[in-house]
Amino acid sequence: MNNDIYTKYLALDKMPTMWCPGCGNGIVLQSILRAVDELNVDRDKVVFVSGIGCSSRAVNYLDFDCMHTNHGRAIAFATGLKMANPDLHVIVLTGDGDCASIGGNHLIHACRRNIDLTIICMNNSNYGMTGGQYSPTTPIGSQTKTSVYGSYEPPFDLCKLTESAGATYVARAATYYPLQMKELIRKALQHHGLSFVDCASDCPSLFGRLNRLGDAGQMMLRWKDRLVSIQKAQSLSEEELENKVVWGEFVNKDNRKEYCDIYAENIAKAKEAANG
Amino acid sequence: MGSYQIMTGNEACAKAAIACGMRFFAGYPITPATEISEICSELLPQVDGVFMQMEDELSSIGAVIGASCAGKKAMTATSGPGFSLMQENLGWAYINEIPCVIVDVMRKGPSGGSATLPAQADIMQTKWGTHGDHPNLVIMPNSVEEIYTETIRAFNLSEKYRQPVILLYDAILAHMSEKIYVPFLDEINVIDRPLPEGSKKDYLPFRYTDSKVQPLAPFGQGYHLHFSGLTHDETGFPISNQDLTGLQITLGHLMAKIDDEYDAHIKKYESYMLEDADIIVVSVGITSRSAKTAVRRARDMGIKAGLFRPITMWPFPHHDFSQINLVCKAVVTAEMNIGQLNQVVTEDIDRNQKLVMKNLYDGNPIRDVDILNSIIEANKYEQ
Ligand SMILES: Cc1ncc(C[n+]2csc(CCOP(=O)(O)OP(=O)(O)O)c2C)c(N)n1
Ligand code: SF4
Ligand SMILES: [Mg+2]
Repeated sequence: MNNDIYTKYLALDKMPTMWCPGCGNGIVLQSILRAVDELNVDRDKVVFVSGIGCSSRAVNYLDFDCMHTNHGRAIAFATGLKMANPDLHVIVLTGDGDCASIGGNHLIHACRRNIDLTIICMNNSNYGMTGGQYSPTTPIGSQTKTSVYGSYEPPFDLCKLTESAGATYVARAATYYPLQMKELIRKALQHHGLSFVDCASDCPSLFGRLNRLGDAGQMMLRWKDRLVSIQKAQSLSEEELENKVVWGEFVNKDNRKEYCDIYAENIAKAKEAANG
Repeated sequence: MGSYQIMTGNEACAKAAIACGMRFFAGYPITPATEISEICSELLPQVDGVFMQMEDELSSIGAVIGASCAGKKAMTATSGPGFSLMQENLGWAYINEIPCVIVDVMRKGPSGGSATLPAQADIMQTKWGTHGDHPNLVIMPNSVEEIYTETIRAFNLSEKYRQPVILLYDAILAHMSEKIYVPFLDEINVIDRPLPEGSKKDYLPFRYTDSKVQPLAPFGQGYHLHFSGLTHDETGFPISNQDLTGLQITLGHLMAKIDDEYDAHIKKYESYMLEDADIIVVSVGITSRSAKTAVRRARDMGIKAGLFRPITMWPFPHHDFSQINLVCKAVVTAEMNIGQLNQVVTEDIDRNQKLVMKNLYDGNPIRDVDILNSIIEANKYEQ
């Protein structure tokens, strides 16, 4: 463990976190901090914006400029922050409920604009903070507090959603592979344009308990057989991919202009029109 | 010397905002506020400002708050349906003391109502719209020129007190054209938010020990600011529910910073012929113009009428009004709703004073003759 990262970036006096033992959020946060550390950018220009949920609580332990906003609204606040000061590296920390249900509209429109934000979703396939209800990423058939006969709503694949909405960097990472998660987040942070990283994670206290998946360690081991890399997935049939989670880098392209850059062109046009 | 120009209320609002330094606007089109967006989209990029048409009103005010945290003067404009959507994020701006200006151009509600028809039915919403207790600064101009000057005052109050300010007017004022004085930029008194001095490490984004306004540092300059909608201490970090004094202290500060400055710098109202008035008409915004004519006509008839017109609507000047109305025998409230201003005024009058309501909520403006009739009716009252 690299203790430097903790003393450097965490608000240590706010410890311990409110997270349950074994919660996946800590692994994601650690990966983010390691990735930020490797970036070699002015740390004072790195800002974190989150919504509401166990995952969004992550910012409350950080020694950076942070905004802990309302449920679902992190991307909206982040958009204003970035447009008001494009020099900032704006990182949105969010949950599956926060960004895909109540904040879903902001998510797709940020992707459509291709604004240079990095959105990191701690996807534990349920609403942890409110006690384990089903979310837009809960697999069909799961037990949650609001699907006691098994969840029946079809879930989103957040990577497909953000890709089709226009995100120019899309990846899925998993807490089971923390080093690879750090790498994917680092690439997302370096990407110019909207980057989205779906972090497959666990909520042992609620989703795990309600679905009798064992303790945090046992839940972690379940990922071993379920995770399939993009490369490997290419050689598997649709049946073989059922119940698997494909991880890796889905999109990494620079064929679309970034929104702050587009807006700078708009300013140039406006000035030309005013003077012309 | 500036110049005299003819423009609409919405145009005056957008141009005044830009004149006093607003450089970030985010909005979602809605009648009768849309022109503010349209004008900002044209003019802001000419001065390196940002205009954003957002996906909805929740994101519009969210982006405005985000931009203000980056140090920009920011504004959004909407009407009832959009203003309703903004309430939760507005509460975040109150508790985190983020300056921003929200324009609510009132149309007839409730719900979709009648998009092009005026109303004055959001007066209470601007006070109690977001959940939980919070202070308010709400301004109600009554002419195009006043929209211009009060938009500037809205920004000044917002920056000075680190507080969202709502500018509230109706569809008529939004779309009517009037000749107004447009000052030169150097004639405008512009207040910018105080910035912190001293060590960045020791800076606290909040101050709850007294009523003083804490300077606001912008994001991205090494202060490591922390803002949260949760109950927080002076560091901005959330405090635990075990510390139950927290919210009491926070709210005490939020209220005190406005209350302490109210009489000297925030309160604003127009008094017209009130010195010897038997009948006081209380009216705001567009309706106050008919009310003024009605008062003049009543005087011509020998009735001692006067007008009390709050310009800073919230906080309402209860103390002043209760002094002003000590000797009058009746108060007439005239407003385009079912009685919101009336409810406020009730607090300040005696049981032996008569209260007459003139309300219209069919989407028509209230005519001077209708208010005059209410004055005549009130004048018949024997104390
Ligand atoms: C407007 C609003 N509606 C509902 C809530 C209650 N609420 C808080 S967190 C949450 C769900 C969070 O789920 P997710 O984003 O997946 O975060 P997690 O706790 O699972 O990390 C809900 C519904 C709220 N705070 N605000
Ligand atoms: S409830 Fe679930 S998501 Fe929330 S802290 Fe506990 S384990 Fe993590
Ligand atoms: Mg979740």
